[in-house]
Amino acid sequence: MTQESVITDEMRAAVGVESEVYVNDVEKGAIIKFAQAIGDTNPIYNDEEAARQSRYGGMVAPPTFFRSLRSGEMKVDVSSPYPANLDGGSEWEYYEPVRPGDRIAVSTMISNIFERPGRLGNMLFIQRETKYVNQFGTTVAIQRTTGISYQP
Amino acid sequence: MAEQVYFDDVEEGMDIPTLRKDPTTQQLVKYAGASGDYYQIHYDLNYAKNNNLPDVILHGALKNAFLGQVMTDWIGEWGDLKKLSVQYRGMDVPGTPVFAKGVVKKKYQQDDENIVECEIWLETHEGQRTTPGYAVAALPERSE
Repeated sequence: MTQESVITDEMRAAVGVESEVYVNDVEKGAIIKFAQAIGDTNPIYNDEEAARQSRYGGMVAPPTFFRSLRSGEMKVDVSSPYPANLDGGSEWEYYEPVRPGDRIAVSTMISNIFERPGRLGNMLFIQRETKYVNQFGTTVAIQRTTGISYQP
Repeated sequence: MAEQVYFDDVEEGMDIPTLRKDPTTQQLVKYAGASGDYYQIHYDLNYAKNNNLPDVILHGALKNAFLGQVMTDWIGEWGDLKKLSVQYRGMDVPGTPVFAKGVVKKKYQQDDENIVECEIWLETHEGQRTTPGYAVAALPERSE
């Protein structure tokens, strides 16, 4: 059965276009609140005094803390013609620790759009890449996410 | 802090210590606040039911956090988490425990680092794997 593609030229043109950059101030209280919310009692995320005795010399953020940071607005965004959306998953690369007081610039781009026939019919996959850069210009982390949509 | 694991002591096929989590609706509200993800399927039962869900469900990103923690708990202060990937294959609901688990698949040295690659996953108390993933970390070596 041939399925007509729902990927338009407009959607294709959006691939690789970087969003605006939004700069997030990393607050110690926000790190502690995040660690408490995920139930991680590791002192390096919760206790400045204890963290000072650690290899890091102070508190750092847990690996998925980046989820609480905002990205800049998309310059060109795509929306799926399908109403049902699934979060397919996430892939992280980590390069440097994030500390209270850091200023993390976050930008996103659509890295790939493709479709594939699945159990629920034609599935549209939109992959995004989010880049986290600290105040020294160092990329501290990259996140790749896959959004899946379909016609239920 | 927990005892440090060393590259020397790790073997391929070895299990990573299991992390048990007991997510509650309260935790989902806390996570919504801390992460800024206010999608109502995670805390509003009526909203979830109107979306054909059996209950409110855990944020995928919260499960991602549990899988991050099973790694950081294991690799300890001197380990570096380098990669963490998760796939959301099934839903998890609050009120029952979930278990973050893992097994070492490969260990090798690369660019002066001691690398371990691990298969990780989250499973329900009934043993269903809802969230498979993969992680790469660098571990310290025992000094001679």
